[in-house]
Amino acid sequence: MKILYERPEALQPCLTHYCAGCGHGIVHRLIAEAIDELGIQGRAVGAAPVGCAVLAHQYLKVDMCEPAHGRTAAVVAAIKRVRPECVVFSYQGDGDLAAIGMAETVHAANRAEPITVFFVNNAVYGMTGGQMAPTTLLGQHTTTTPLGREAGYHGHPIRVCELLATLDGPAYLERVALSSPARIRQAQRAVRKAFITQIEHNGYSLVEFLSPCPTYWHMAPTEAIRFVEEQMTRVFPLGVFRDWEGPRPEPQT
Amino acid sequence: MAQKLLMAGNEAAGEGAICAGCDAYFGYPITPQNEFPAYMARRMPELGRVFIQAESELAAISMVYGASAAGKRAMTSSSSPGISLKQEGISYLAASQLPAVIANVQRGGPGLGNIGPSQGDYWQATRGGGHGDYRSIVLAPASVQEMFDLTARAFDLADRYRMCVIILADAYLGQMMEPMVIPDDPFPPPPPKPWALTGCEGRLPNTVKSLFLGDGELERHNYQLFETYRRVEREETRWASVAVEDADVVFVAYGFCARICREVVVLGRSRGQRLGLIRPITVWPFPKRPILEAASHAIGFLVVEMSMGQMVEDVRLALEGRSQVALLGRPAFVPEAGEVYDCAMALLEKNGSGCRVPGAGPQGRHRTRNPQPGTRNPEPGTR
Repeated sequence: MKILYERPEALQPCLTHYCAGCGHGIVHRLIAEAIDELGIQGRAVGAAPVGCAVLAHQYLKVDMCEPAHGRTAAVVAAIKRVRPECVVFSYQGDGDLAAIGMAETVHAANRAEPITVFFVNNAVYGMTGGQMAPTTLLGQHTTTTPLGREAGYHGHPIRVCELLATLDGPAYLERVALSSPARIRQAQRAVRKAFITQIEHNGYSLVEFLSPCPTYWHMAPTEAIRFVEEQMTRVFPLGVFRDWEGPRPEPQT
Repeated sequence: MAQKLLMAGNEAAGEGAICAGCDAYFGYPITPQNEFPAYMARRMPELGRVFIQAESELAAISMVYGASAAGKRAMTSSSSPGISLKQEGISYLAASQLPAVIANVQRGGPGLGNIGPSQGDYWQATRGGGHGDYRSIVLAPASVQEMFDLTARAFDLADRYRMCVIILADAYLGQMMEPMVIPDDPFPPPPPKPWALTGCEGRLPNTVKSLFLGDGELERHNYQLFETYRRVEREETRWASVAVEDADVVFVAYGFCARICREVVVLGRSRGQRLGLIRPITVWPFPKRPILEAASHAIGFLVVEMSMGQMVEDVRLALEGRSQVALLGRPAFVPEAGEVYDCAMALLEKNGSGCRVPGAGPQGRHRTRNPQPGTRNPEPGTR
């Protein structure tokens, strides 16, 4: 008998609180699969701060903590410093990582902390009910940009991978999208490589997932996936922005 | 043999942390505690331990959160404006029941204030300081030796009760140098931490968190926190007394102010005036009992502090109206022995005239700079 599909050991057998069509479930699964595959469940330590994934500790079967909003990179950096034998990762949203926690994000990357950052970019604050995120697209409607995000008034969407790629610290930066099976397979490879960057190369790694939020984009799940593929990837080009294995390839859409 | 050294308070506190087995220190520059991170930056790597200069106080206290969650002994230090920033992290540490040590080398405030000594953060330290319903143990050193001793002891307390312990010092205590002794006795090792994040090999995963969404869950959590706090109040309240047994005027002062009061007690006693001092070493939990006991013979209490009157409220709460409580409060300068003495004499003469702040203006300060105690009533007032 051949097993074609099963629940990863590192994923708890429970229902999640995520909305229909949300990308978090996919990212959880990709992380759990990589943890299984690399055999690191017993030494993985995760941190999921305030945001939609604040309850990730109920879904991932590893040691986890729940940092204050934005302080995640500082928390995981410290865990890794005092427990270098652990494989330490954070699971952050766009508000946590790129708004309130931008200082922590940039400085952890700049210090080349050997941590792995999973950054779920869905261009909106989900948990608090659909406010503008630093990654909200121009023209996108949120509760705090009721007429759409306007560059001159609300600023531009922040490109985190590109920003971090200006630093010497990071070892691996890649942006992926959860918009098709092929894209998700690429995301799977990125998650695995991000962990390997920490385990084998003691380097800083970040994977940014462009992820659908049908609820606060006010779209059907299929429409939200199309929005990721057609709108988000235009503003946030997919690709590898830093790679310890070789020179930086050109970002591709 | 015990090592005798001449050290600055900031460095002594750092060495105390090191002797107590502090695994990780996270700091951010702010005067007047800059010797602290500088000392740790040199010493911690020497010992193979962790030092990070964080990008902010918010990050530094969050690094303490991470290291503590991972089961290690961790600390940070700062001064008043920086401690305000750390309140977020302290609240999360308290909620997550993570042990941590935080040194506050207080400076004048509010706002940027100045870089001189102050005790203006008493309320912030003893009332929690961040959001929510919690307490921290607050230790108040009064010498360089105590900067060492209490910082070392703080790690043991933090681990035992899984609480934050705050070292409430000030610019003078941080900067001044005094001889001090590093004892030979080994410090107690940290207790086992089965709750820590170490990787879940061979056990179920651990979670360190402060979010309690279940029905009644948060209330149960808070009740549990306060059970611990009650235990700390019963078992860890510490103070030192000087000549309180028959004192007519009892000074209540902590930290640097207590040194001045002790000097005034000695001066007064040499002149036949029955002065005494209660010096809280833990300002939370606050030593209510010795204060209440002293009320059986004291005419009045004189609280001396470098603020417009913060600890004085705890003294009044401890006494519940049983005695007169006067205040000598200097918000941004150390009260001088002369004005402390004058104030005590005034309390005796008036048999408790309530609150006054003689040092509040330049005139008052000038007047009391060179007191002539001999010209005053040598006999304390009668009861």
